[in-house]
Amino acid sequence: MIDKYSDRARVIKAIILAIGIIFVARLAMLQIFSNKYRALAERQSLRNITIYPARGLVYDRHGELLVYNDVVYDLMVVPRSVHDLDTAYFCRSIGITREEFETYMNRARGYSPYVASPFMKQITKEDYARWQNLLYKFDGFYVQNRTLRVYPRPIAAHVLGYVGEVDETEMEKNPKYELGDYVGKSGIEKTYEDLLSGKKGRRVVRVDVHSREIGPYENGAHDTVPIAGEKLYSTIDADLQEYAERLMANKRGCVVALEPSTGEILALVSAPSYNPNLLVGRVRGENYLNLLRDISKPLYNRALQGQYPPGSIFKVAQAMIALDLGVISPNSGFVCDKSLVGCHNHPSARSVQEAIKMSCNPYFYQVYRRVIQQGKYKNIYKDSQYGLTVWRNYMLRMGFGRALDIDLPNVKSGRIPDTTYYNRWYGAGRWAFSTIYSNSIGQGEVEVVPLQMANLAAIVANRGYYYIPHVVRFYGDDSTKIEKYYEKQETGIEPEFFDIAAKGMYDVVHGAGGTGHRADVPGIAVCGKTGTAENYGNDHSVFISFAPMEDPKIALAVYVENAQGGGGTWAAPISGLIIEKYLKGEVQRKDVEKMYEEINPCQKLPLTKRVKKPKKSRRR
Amino acid sequence: MKRKTTYKKTDSASRLSFDWLTIGLYTALVLFGCFNIYAACYSEEHKFIFDLASQHGKQILWIGIAAVVAFVTLYIEPRIFSNTAYIIYAIALGLLVLTLFLAVTVNGGKSWIDLGFFRLQPSEFAKFATALALAKYVGSIDVKINSSKGRLIAAAMILVPAGLILLQHDTGSALVFAAFVLPLFREGLTKYVLIFAAVAVTLFVLALVLNKFIVMGIVLAVCIAYLFLWLNRRSRKTYFNTALIFVLSCVFVFSVDFAFQKVLEPHQRERIDVLLGKTQDFKGVGYNVHQSKIAIGSGGFHGKGFLHGTITKADFVPEQETDFIFCTVGEEGGFIGSAAVVILYVALLLRLVRLAERQRSTFARFYGYSVVSILFVHFFINIGMVLGLVPVIGIPLPFFSYGGSSLLAFTLLLFVFIKQDSYRAQLL
Repeated sequence: MIDKYSDRARVIKAIILAIGIIFVARLAMLQIFSNKYRALAERQSLRNITIYPARGLVYDRHGELLVYNDVVYDLMVVPRSVHDLDTAYFCRSIGITREEFETYMNRARGYSPYVASPFMKQITKEDYARWQNLLYKFDGFYVQNRTLRVYPRPIAAHVLGYVGEVDETEMEKNPKYELGDYVGKSGIEKTYEDLLSGKKGRRVVRVDVHSREIGPYENGAHDTVPIAGEKLYSTIDADLQEYAERLMANKRGCVVALEPSTGEILALVSAPSYNPNLLVGRVRGENYLNLLRDISKPLYNRALQGQYPPGSIFKVAQAMIALDLGVISPNSGFVCDKSLVGCHNHPSARSVQEAIKMSCNPYFYQVYRRVIQQGKYKNIYKDSQYGLTVWRNYMLRMGFGRALDIDLPNVKSGRIPDTTYYNRWYGAGRWAFSTIYSNSIGQGEVEVVPLQMANLAAIVANRGYYYIPHVVRFYGDDSTKIEKYYEKQETGIEPEFFDIAAKGMYDVVHGAGGTGHRADVPGIAVCGKTGTAENYGNDHSVFISFAPMEDPKIALAVYVENAQGGGGTWAAPISGLIIEKYLKGEVQRKDVEKMYEEINPCQKLPLTKRVKKPKKSRRR
Repeated sequence: MKRKTTYKKTDSASRLSFDWLTIGLYTALVLFGCFNIYAACYSEEHKFIFDLASQHGKQILWIGIAAVVAFVTLYIEPRIFSNTAYIIYAIALGLLVLTLFLAVTVNGGKSWIDLGFFRLQPSEFAKFATALALAKYVGSIDVKINSSKGRLIAAAMILVPAGLILLQHDTGSALVFAAFVLPLFREGLTKYVLIFAAVAVTLFVLALVLNKFIVMGIVLAVCIAYLFLWLNRRSRKTYFNTALIFVLSCVFVFSVDFAFQKVLEPHQRERIDVLLGKTQDFKGVGYNVHQSKIAIGSGGFHGKGFLHGTITKADFVPEQETDFIFCTVGEEGGFIGSAAVVILYVALLLRLVRLAERQRSTFARFYGYSVVSILFVHFFINIGMVLGLVPVIGIPLPFFSYGGSSLLAFTLLLFVFIKQDSYRAQLL
């Protein structure tokens, strides 16, 4: 039998061999000469689970817990892995509407169909407990633990601050942050972020196509344990803080109370304030916007950021400078000459002590003139330039005109004008004392931050020195102290002069004709100084004080914005109540307390205008 | 001369003259396949390898049944197959028609008849039946394959079952019937069929990837090169033929778009687009192949070790115990394991070509080549698809993929030929 086509077997064999060779070559290409697929395989079959550390706890000065953490849960979804979902059942189980489901799902899909992203954030323990046992039925969903801040008492919002999701600039600055991490955005949460945040832990697990965990990767060799944040022991006295906030309710202004011997801040209030629990959890975004839109600016920390004309309280500092320079003596007297500058009716002051008590404007006009124009130069312009520089240096040493190095963010410096400032305004050699005399009584170009006012009270209380005000005493399990807050800051002014100031301030409260008698607390030697700062609206009411006169325990500044009345009317009685609360533990004068709590000194102004009623936090 | 196929009585010696090399290769592939099905579906609850609730357990059962089928086939009177070829073919066609009415839908295809205990896929057996019937027809003494009548009948015998399978939306299995071009080629079908097919596929791909005018330019260049560089003597007829070829090519190139858009289903278009790199959709239509490449590529040279695959263990590859079974080999066996499987197949195919060549009857030879071609097309399409060289066409890897119908059909197909081979000596 002749088979003329038998050579065609070779063609067929060649085809089979060729395909075999192509396949082996392709396998070599994929498996030996390419690392791409190995990396891709790892990326999709392993999951890095971040274990978030508990943020550091914050205590008050008596060990009461101010901030702790609560566990919440983020419901994560991998949209591609969601299979055969009974949407109605799912929605009913976790308590959302069909519309919400669509919104969340689309958002997750928009992020990525195959990478996990939060479906619903910050679900409370209670909510999670209700459907935890059903979760296994929903392919593609899993839960990640997070912690949230909880404030057992809704106080000290401006000191404690709040945390929020990290933004891009922060992530660029510090690579330890990843998208979705929480960082301190204000208050001590921000300043002590590095201590509070702790260290994130990590768990590497193998997952299947439905994002279900199969088991640890290489027996947990790549896992790390999270390290909780450090504990912070703050200087705040929770009871005093709460009390001061109560007194400042319905008002705009602020209170700063210090312990003079240490610079520790006992209470720091900026009114209106807000409940710190509002800025936590799922309601945070909406509440934050409401607070931001509120025209009374509750998020604005007046105690550190408000730059106000100090008014008459400034006279205390002026007197100290003049005495130290020797341009006046403690017994210098000046006639209350209202032609120089307006004043209220009172007898002329015969000494510095009397001048402080009566807060005589013409007296301090004369004092300031002697400081600015000391007669070192014939030319009054040159003389004023010299005098201003000398004066400014004193002011800087007393903590004015520069930002005090407090451990809270965004503190302002206020303004003590220098020669450059006036030269720019008026031109060099074109201004003298007569141009700038308003500074003498705390008006004009000077601006002071309430924290600096309280610091002035502390300086007088200490008779000439201070410690930088701060809100954290120490941190960590071994009570680490922060060095800079234990360094004495000297003003360089003789203590005896401050004695005179203290006596004058005692008379303000206790003397006949004193402007601050409403700050009087029975049985306590309160020293104070009123201030009535003029501005565009109604006068601001200011009062600085310390008590007791000998061995002072508390120094404070109270600032009430746009109060109809002077420092003696509003700020002084509030100071008295705070001092009584702190020194006696309890306020006996309930009627006074009630009066100042309830009264709204600036009723004409819309105090708070909420854009929307704040959404109530689901927790306490 | 009239050729007569008669057989001597079987004796004990000839019973043992089976080609043991082929049987060995078959056994190796089946066992290797079963291990990989076990690995692909491995889970903690079904650790036990003989667990009938699991897929590897069922596959072991099927292997047992296949062994019985193989044994029976080897001891049956071989003439039965040549004598009943047309009847078997008719039964297969009947089953295919029946499937159209009784089919249950599995994965979008309607090619399964549910028999309660087992789902039968008649298209798997139709290949065997068509191979037998076509061999019988071509082997008949009065048939000339290059006559128009012969070609027409052969084409009809192939296209009828293929068409019926196409009606079941099982494009992959229908495409396998193209395999019969190879045995026909071996029996004398003009070589232009193969050349034409190769040119058509090339032009199709070029037309989809490149600009049509560039493709026409290439065709023109090839034609001119053929005319003036290849041919020494040019007659008017060669000019005319070349021109005709060029015009036909151009028409083909321009009709590709139409065919692509109108004839193919959307998912088939997408699969081709993915293969040609025109779309990169790793989450949608390109997902399977992308995952399959990840699984194989991550295996590296040595592989991750038996049962240690991370991609296949985590179900990232769909259909990984059936059509994408080769992924498990690639991931866990690495280059060594997967190249070994490719070599096993090539060895089996080349061995079968050799067996086919030593047949004395046209029937047996044609049948042998049919077996080679069917196995080859499955091997080519399946592994090509998993490696991302061929569009996704869902057909199983012979002896390897999970599935009773395909294992039984391939076993029957192969062992009928082994039986034929063992009797070649008795042929007068």
